[in-house]
Amino acid sequence: MDSHKSIQNLSIPELDVDAVRKDFPILQTTIHDKPLIYLDNAASSQKPEFVIKTINNYYSYEHSNVHRGIHHLSQQATQQYEQAREKVANFIGANHSHEIIWTRGTTEAINLVAYSWGQNNLKQGDVIIISTCEHHSNIVPWQLICELTGATLRHLPLDSHDKSFNLNKLAEMLTPNTRMIALTHMSNVLGTITDLSKVVELARHNGSLVLADGAQSVPHIPVNVAELGIDFLAFSGHKMLGPTGIGCLYGREELLEDMPPYQGGGDMIETVTMSQSTWNQLPYKFEAGTPNIAGAIGLGAAVDYLEHLGMESVRAHSHKLNSYAISALSEIDQISIYGPRNPSVRGGVFSFNHADIHPHDLGQVLDSKGVAIRAGHHCAQPLMAELGVGSTARASFYIYNTQSEIDELCAAIKSAGEFFSK
Amino acid sequence: MLDELYKEIILDHYKSPRNRGKASKVDFHAHGVNPLCGDDIELTLTVDRDIIEEVKFDGHGCSISQASASILTETLVGLTLDQAHTKIEHVKSLFKGNDIVTEDLGDIEALQGVRKFPVRIKCATLAWNALQLSLQNSATGQSTAYSDE
Ligand SMILES: Cc1ncc(COP(=O)(O)O)c(C=O)c1O
Repeated sequence: MDSHKSIQNLSIPELDVDAVRKDFPILQTTIHDKPLIYLDNAASSQKPEFVIKTINNYYSYEHSNVHRGIHHLSQQATQQYEQAREKVANFIGANHSHEIIWTRGTTEAINLVAYSWGQNNLKQGDVIIISTCEHHSNIVPWQLICELTGATLRHLPLDSHDKSFNLNKLAEMLTPNTRMIALTHMSNVLGTITDLSKVVELARHNGSLVLADGAQSVPHIPVNVAELGIDFLAFSGHKMLGPTGIGCLYGREELLEDMPPYQGGGDMIETVTMSQSTWNQLPYKFEAGTPNIAGAIGLGAAVDYLEHLGMESVRAHSHKLNSYAISALSEIDQISIYGPRNPSVRGGVFSFNHADIHPHDLGQVLDSKGVAIRAGHHCAQPLMAELGVGSTARASFYIYNTQSEIDELCAAIKSAGEFFSK
Repeated sequence: MLDELYKEIILDHYKSPRNRGKASKVDFHAHGVNPLCGDDIELTLTVDRDIIEEVKFDGHGCSISQASASILTETLVGLTLDQAHTKIEHVKSLFKGNDIVTEDLGDIEALQGVRKFPVRIKCATLAWNALQLSLQNSATGQSTAYSDE
């Protein structure tokens, strides 16, 4: 990932955070009579008015089913829906819009690949490699398909020092039997960004495919699938300003062409007789049934919004907040941060623990001050085991967060410290 | 608002837990985990002729789960196993807000604050659920840990 290089590039316009904040109705609200400080963006982002209005407008005046009607509304809905697909394809640098499959989110996208690709391509002796720091959604689907096909799931251990991926270790693990390397592009616990180009280079040597879990990366850093050379990318709309219930699988055309359907039903067929059916072309082969039309259109609007800001600017803002957060949190003696300290190799996800306060209690005290963070295992139990903790507190930032909110976070942590030591 | 959850009695039990450790003679053993927050509680009991002589707890977790376990150990000593069953049921429904206090419950009353914090009810009930399962298991000869998922 070379996005950090451009951080130094002064031509990147700075985000006008005050203006951005005005676009988010929820940021004008209070929680327990305190202004909301929303730092749980890795779980789900808030939505700008532009996205909310687009969805509202669609349901108010433009709704109809897609691909089915000859009437005006259906054609209009179909057009908007397909335009959203094109926007997403452009956004991630896909060559064709039919390489974008709508799913419910990252989880469904990874399941789609594991089942559809796995069913046709895996056999006993084959190996899938994941890492210790995956979200459960990039672990469990592979466990299930390995059980079905007899393939073996192996995991890339993290560097014991900085918990990054040890790519030398990955190189050692690869054999001609390695069929898929499925890694997170940005850890939802540690924030670490994976050098995917390097992973792809190693994989190509061995004839393995690469799937990237982009749930955390696509919302926060410029991601270009063609430049990275990855085969599959999974991500969720709701973490990138879009609605819940919509997400994407990007897959390289020739791979998707060879994969069998994931679910059967309407829209995914070409012809159906009582004994057999033929499949529709891409991407519809993988989109059985009436899709989440409003979700796709809403995600298209979210992409418009992000592109309007510019992903380089989004990344630069994150970089600035990350540097600030690292030094601010490090000033609190009782806090230990997990993950890299170099803001150039990480995104704005900070997991940490307080020496004297359990994450749950910390989260509770922060909530009473209007500061929303997450406490728990973050759907990454193997990583928690590796870190030797049951859970962590996690603060994660986005375009509307400010340095003064990080100051508030730190003040709230300090006051929690006092509360529990009184 | 926070003071309703973190009453002084709770913080006191959290900071100076009563009966931490392992019972001298283990007649009952209970293990409770809450995978979501990583809370983990181990209870050991010495029972003599149906009467609970000693209760100890060990483990780690948030203040509510630890304080609740500490309070449990004080509450159950001296009760018969039958009385303990009844008490556990009563306390659990109290935490969930299904019951009102009709007797002097001592420190347990301080834990009632969790009712207003639904996600914390599980923390308060963990030790009680674990022990209840262990008592039931021992009646049927099984042994499984209580997992709050
Ligand atoms: C890295 C990562 N992968 C996968 C997911 C799953 O995303 P979703 O629940 O939207 O399918 C998440 C978020 O929860 C995540 O952070």
